[in-house]
Amino acid sequence: MNFPVIKAVSYALAHTPDLVPYGSKPERELRKTPALCGRLAAHLRTFDQACAYPPHQVFIGRTPPEALWDRETPWWRHQDAMAERWGPYGEIMPEAEFYGLLRFSDEFDLVWLEPAFLATVRQRLRAHPLFRTEDLDRLGDGHALDRIRSKITDEGALPLRHRDRLVGCVRRGHDEDSFLTANILLENVACKATGMLAIRWLFEHHREEGIRPEIIDYVINAGEEAVGDRYQRGAGNLAKAMAERSGCVNSTGGDVKAFCCGPIHSLIIAAGLVHSGIFEHVLVVGGGALAKLGMKFRGHLKHDMPILEDVLASFAILVGPPDDRNPRIRLDAIGKHDVRYSGSAQSIARALIANPLDALGRRVTDIDRYAVELHNPEITEPAGSGNVPRHNYRTIASLGVMRGEWSRHAIAEFERWHGLPGFSPTQGHVASAVPYLGHARDAMRRGDLRTAMFIGKGSLFLGKMTHLSDGMSFILEAPNS
Amino acid sequence: MDLEDQGAIKATVEELGSDDIVVILGSPDPDAAEMYAETVTLGDPTYAGPLAGVSLRLPVYNIFEPEIKEQIPPEVYQEQVAMMEMVLPAEEICARVRAVREKAGVSS
Repeated sequence: MNFPVIKAVSYALAHTPDLVPYGSKPERELRKTPALCGRLAAHLRTFDQACAYPPHQVFIGRTPPEALWDRETPWWRHQDAMAERWGPYGEIMPEAEFYGLLRFSDEFDLVWLEPAFLATVRQRLRAHPLFRTEDLDRLGDGHALDRIRSKITDEGALPLRHRDRLVGCVRRGHDEDSFLTANILLENVACKATGMLAIRWLFEHHREEGIRPEIIDYVINAGEEAVGDRYQRGAGNLAKAMAERSGCVNSTGGDVKAFCCGPIHSLIIAAGLVHSGIFEHVLVVGGGALAKLGMKFRGHLKHDMPILEDVLASFAILVGPPDDRNPRIRLDAIGKHDVRYSGSAQSIARALIANPLDALGRRVTDIDRYAVELHNPEITEPAGSGNVPRHNYRTIASLGVMRGEWSRHAIAEFERWHGLPGFSPTQGHVASAVPYLGHARDAMRRGDLRTAMFIGKGSLFLGKMTHLSDGMSFILEAPNS
Repeated sequence: MDLEDQGAIKATVEELGSDDIVVILGSPDPDAAEMYAETVTLGDPTYAGPLAGVSLRLPVYNIFEPEIKEQIPPEVYQEQVAMMEMVLPAEEICARVRAVREKAGVSS
């Protein structure tokens, strides 16, 4: 079957503890209760702690997700002794370099860094495999600290701190536009920077296979940011901005907005564009969500554990024409939650899982692995949000029971047989099934995995325009299976 | 229970009175179900929302409880709810909501 394939996948994390106070929840809580500042700061992780955190090592591909099943918990206390910053899918970038990346991503002189700090950053980025001399030229010379202070005090700029020191600021984009404030621009530049980092890793790791920026025809950004000004809030096309700074000179692009389900919508659209012959290579990218930093920090403080939502996460996925080396997307069995379906979990499971299985005449157990919203439970459980993947696997198992394909007494065991442990940062769209795509592609290329289903869901009702939920799914199959 | 839902329930009772109102929960875990049930009977136990210190004493049930389940056409229940009854710890959820009703001395 000539279906489009997943040609390459990459992921990146940026450890940004000093940006946690700018996450939506901490920002609101700290404004109400400034005394929380000290407690929050005391519970932030160092880079080494964040790097050696076992789920992060899984995210960048150094260890398989299944290895987490048997790791001692809590993971934050039992770190990975073999951890490294660089992984086969990307990296975990430290904060100082990330500030440099922000500056690099900035086209409008929004990000100001202090000269001495900038010199250190420049030196570190010089040693980074993804940055060339001309990239470093974009960093400029920096701005004196007193000018940075006056921008913060008098002109609504947002301070950038690093290890208790003021090192720069993000300026607002307009005096009166409430959609170009420094906070919103930081959110958008951070999304652009992390997305670009993932794209650059994708090219770096697959150059020998002929995957170069010039072959990309179209870029789809699946993120949850909203780029725009007062007249076109959320108008977007961050995709093209990311493509520009990633060397994709022969591409244009656009954004697909579908809450957390954006990446699955995007991959299916990308596969459709490739399958139809409109484009040969379509890149799907998702940048990090600054708003979600520290989202559950209250729960983490309550349990006296580190604030685990201190990383921005991103991914890039290349969809290309059929070949016999890469796993293919079964376009004849796409799952979708139609408007006519109810929002009950049962109805969603039927639309996203049962319908595509039926289209291929398969049983629930014919799928080797289901990738659902892969939120790390260690982040969500202390805040009372439960183990999201586990709940989803119980739902799929119950669907199997109703179809007579799984035993009612073995619902709890389904997770180990056909599921995955949650290992993704709670970065909304990033956590939505796609963190497994790199691992699944590798396992399929090795011949260790035959089929996987990727299921994304979106809470559209949060935007107050409809009460509907949403979801889409696709089946990935090993080459030659 | 989020502040918006608390506000909506409070406003409904203020407008229509509490005689003909029953609260039906679909909470996925026992702790949340118990807290929601307490909120609409004895008042918001977290003292964060509009129902803090407001004892509405509304009859409250989880959708899995027989009193509610029996009133739903079986085919609709099978279509919309049955699978989640299998997924969730339904017995414990029902027991916790029932206990709150008994403590508050309310039933429909």
